Amino acid sequence: MSDFLHMGGYAFYVWTSYGIAFVVMLIGVIKPLLVHKQQLRGLKLKRQRGQR
Amino acid sequence: MIMRFLHKFSSPPYFYSISGRLLPWLTLLFLALLAYGLYGGLVTAPADYQQGDSFRIIYVHVPAAWMSMFIYVVMAVSGAIGLIWRIKLAEIVSISSAPIGASFTLLALITGSLWGKPMWGTWWVWDARLTSELILLFLYLGVIGLYSAIEDNRTASRAVAILALVGVVNIPIIHYSVEWWSSLHQGPTVTKFAKPSIHIDMLIPLLVMAGAFKVYYAIALLLRCRNELVQREQGSRWLGEILENK
Repeated sequence: MSDFLHMGGYAFYVWTSYGIAFVVMLIGVIKPLLVHKQQLRGLKLKRQRGQR
Repeated sequence: MIMRFLHKFSSPPYFYSISGRLLPWLTLLFLALLAYGLYGGLVTAPADYQQGDSFRIIYVHVPAAWMSMFIYVVMAVSGAIGLIWRIKLAEIVSISSAPIGASFTLLALITGSLWGKPMWGTWWVWDARLTSELILLFLYLGVIGLYSAIEDNRTASRAVAILALVGVVNIPIIHYSVEWWSSLHQGPTVTKFAKPSIHIDMLIPLLVMAGAFKVYYAIALLLRCRNELVQREQGSRWLGEILENK
């Protein structure tokens, strides 16, 4: 296991690459999901105001 | 038959509902491919005889670089379709692709840098492959900037499509840069006509990871397209019906 984490001495380069890819790709789906939630909430409020 | 399906698929309410149903399955497929690809790439693939374990960066670097070019072509082609046939969904696919493509380009550059440091002894060189990939990032940023600078969505889409189409010249330059100019970057090992010069145990995880990244693009694209659609169709009746049923 520690051999695996060590990556033959290249641990920093390998794991940083994978880590950055993970973070960037995660943000790439979380952000649009949050925006979508906000959009629907905003539209609902608008409609409720319009009905009154 | 296909035309009829495409016509139906490109109608906003249908696209919205079918993309909602597709997303969980795509996520499942993505996670399965990712798990298999990561296991294959990090565990079962043998270490490279020259580069040792540092070569494992290939499993994020190469798929990200492939996606950076693939997404650019999708963005330009759907931009052209929007330009010619004025199909709303094509415009939306085009502009929604830009931030995803930009992030893959950024990933290709960063992981390439992290691979270059231990192998070439430098984070960056101004050679053809690296420079043309950096230009690709600027093209994406230009598309995003131009789109947000023009108020009217449809005018913005048309302007962006032209910029994207002009930038397509850069794609073959990126691909052939390692052959046309001498470069620190290694030549193509997979995408060439001769047999790929890479061991099969190294190649399979690479192709699986490339598949996983493609599915990821589909997921991120659908999510962004839905948002752009809601943004553009705020006052429409179909959206009102969806809100009422929620």
